[in-house]
Amino acid sequence: MDPATFLVQCLNALQYGLLLFLVAAGLTLIFGVMGVINLAHGSFYMIGAYMAYALAPAFAGFAGWGFAATLVVGLLAAVILGLALEWAFFSFLYERDHLQQVLMTYGLILVFEEARSIALGDDVHGVAVPAALSGSVTVGGLMAYSVYRLFISGVCILLAAAMYAVISRTRIGMMIRAGASNREMVSSLGIDVKRLFRVMFAAGVALAVLAGMLAAPVSSVYPGMGNQILIICFVVVVIGGIGSVRGALAAALLVGAVDTFGKVFFPHAAGVLVYVLMALVLLWKPEGLFKAT
Amino acid sequence: MVPRTIFVFASPKLVRGTIFLAAALALAFFPLVSGKFGVDYVTKTMVFAIFALSLELLVGQVGLVCFGQAAFFGIAAYAVVVLSPAAGPASVWWLLPAALGCAALYALVVGALSLRTRGVYFIMVTLAFSQMAYYVAHDTPLGGGTDGIYLNFAPTAGPIDLGKALPVYYVTLAALAAVFVFLAVLVRSRFGRALAGIRVNEQRMRAAGFSTYPYKLAAFTLAGAIAGMAGFLFAVKDGFVNPELLAWHMSGTVLMMVILGGIGHLHGAVIGAFAFSLLQELFMSQALFGDFSKHWHLGVGLTIILCVALLPRGIAGWRRARR
Repeated sequence: MDPATFLVQCLNALQYGLLLFLVAAGLTLIFGVMGVINLAHGSFYMIGAYMAYALAPAFAGFAGWGFAATLVVGLLAAVILGLALEWAFFSFLYERDHLQQVLMTYGLILVFEEARSIALGDDVHGVAVPAALSGSVTVGGLMAYSVYRLFISGVCILLAAAMYAVISRTRIGMMIRAGASNREMVSSLGIDVKRLFRVMFAAGVALAVLAGMLAAPVSSVYPGMGNQILIICFVVVVIGGIGSVRGALAAALLVGAVDTFGKVFFPHAAGVLVYVLMALVLLWKPEGLFKAT
Repeated sequence: MVPRTIFVFASPKLVRGTIFLAAALALAFFPLVSGKFGVDYVTKTMVFAIFALSLELLVGQVGLVCFGQAAFFGIAAYAVVVLSPAAGPASVWWLLPAALGCAALYALVVGALSLRTRGVYFIMVTLAFSQMAYYVAHDTPLGGGTDGIYLNFAPTAGPIDLGKALPVYYVTLAALAAVFVFLAVLVRSRFGRALAGIRVNEQRMRAAGFSTYPYKLAAFTLAGAIAGMAGFLFAVKDGFVNPELLAWHMSGTVLMMVILGGIGHLHGAVIGAFAFSLLQELFMSQALFGDFSKHWHLGVGLTIILCVALLPRGIAGWRRARR
C-alpha cells in the first residue's frame, strides 16, 4: 500500500470513527447517567438521514445555504423529538428493569421503522453533497479526497471538543459526571434530576440525528441503517466502557480503523473483524477499556 | 367471586398435570378439525413455543436477558440445509444431533465470552454476537446471501417422511411436549435450583460455595441447543432458510413472547408464543386492516409498548399482579 492510499484510508477511518462516536456518545451517556438502555438510539440516526433526504428539496432554493438550513431545522426537530420522547416514554423506564427497557425501546424501533415506511417508503435514496463542499483535495499528489468527508471529520472534532469542555468545565457537566457515578446521591443533593435527564436525552437524540444528517450524503439512505449503526455502537460502548465518553471516543476510533483497514486487507472477513475485536477486549478487560469513574 | 372451595381437593400438581394433558390432547386432535392452513400455522407456532421455552430458561430461570437467541435458532436451521446431502434425504438420527451441536457450540463460545459481563453489557454483547452470525449468513457465499437456500430433500426418520405437513406437525408437537417436560424436570432438579439461586442472588450463591460461571454457561449452552431444536424443526417445516432467521427481529419477537406470556413460568413461554402469533396474524389480516396490513410491525410495536406499560408480569402473572 503506497503512502497516499494509506493516508486516504486513515482519513476514512477517522471520519467513520468520529461519526460512530457521535452516535455512541449519546448511547453511553444515556445509559451511564440515566440507566436506560436505549435500543431506539439507532433509529434517531436513521431519522436524521431520512430528514436530510426529505428536507433537501425544501431548502434547495437557499443557494448554498440549503444544507446549513437543513441541519438547523433537523436539529431543532431532533431536540423537540427528544424532549417529547423522554416525557412520553423514557421517564417511565427509569424505575423498570433492563428487560422492560429493552422491550419498550424495541417496540419504539418497530414504530419508527413503520412510520418511516409509511411516510417515505422503503426505497434506497441518495442525498447530494452540498455544492459548497463538493470539491476534493489531492492527497500525496495522487489521490483525491472529498472535501465533504473532511468537513464531517471537522464538525465531529469540534463537537467532541465542545462535549469535553461542557462535561469537564461546566456546572451541568459536573451534574452529568456526578449522575454517572451515583444517581441517587445527585438527586438527594437537591439537583433536579428530571430536568437533567430530559436535557441529556434530548442532547443524545440531537447528536444521533446530526450524525445521520451528516452521513446521508456519503452513505446512501436505506431502511436498515439505524439498526446497523446501533449494533456497531453497542460494540463501541462495550469496548469503551459504559458511561465513559472518553472510552467511547477511543473505541469509536479503534472500531473505525479496524473496520476500514479490515475491508482493505481482509475483504472477506471484514464484517466479522469488529466483533472479533470486541471478543478480544471482553477476554482481556470485561469492563471495557475505560471504566466510567 | 368464584368460590375457591371447589379447588380444595385438587392439588396444584394435579391441576398442572390435567391442564398439560388437556392442552396436549387438544393439539393432538387439532389437525382433524382444521384445514391445511391451520396445521401449518399451529406447527409454526409450536416451533416458536419451543424457541420461547429456550429463552425462558435463560430469562426466567437464570435471569440472563439474552438478546441474541435468534443466532442459535438460525445456525441450526442453516446447518440442516448446508449439511443435508444434495443427492437424497438425510436421516434425522444424525442430522438433528449435528444441527443441535452447531447451535450448542456457538452458544458455548458466545456464552463463554458474554458471561464474563453482566446486566446491560450482557444484553449488548449477546446481540452483537448474534448480529455477527447474521452478517456471516447474509454477506458470505456460505449462507447463500440475502436470498437464502432451499432444502432439496426433507430428512427422514425411519418410515416417517418429514416432507409432509402432518408428520411434521406431530413431530413438532412431540418435541414441544418433550422439551417442556425436560425443562420442568430440570427446573426442579438440583441444577435448576442452583440456577434459580443465581437469579435471586448470585453473590450469595458464590458465598455458599457454588462456582456460578459453569452453571450459567451450562444453562446458556443448553438454551442454545433447545433454540437449535426449534431451528431444526423450522428448516424442516419450511424447507427453506434465509438470513432473517438470525436477524435481531427474531430475537426481539421471541423475547416478546416470553414477556407476554409471563417470565418465570414455563407455561408462560408457550402461552406467549400462541398469544403473540395470534396477535401477529391479527395485524397482518387483510380483512381487518386492508392495505395497511403490510405495516403490521406498527401494530406489534404499539402492542409491545402497551404491554410493557400495562402488563409488566405478562399473561401468566396477571392474576398475581391483581391480587
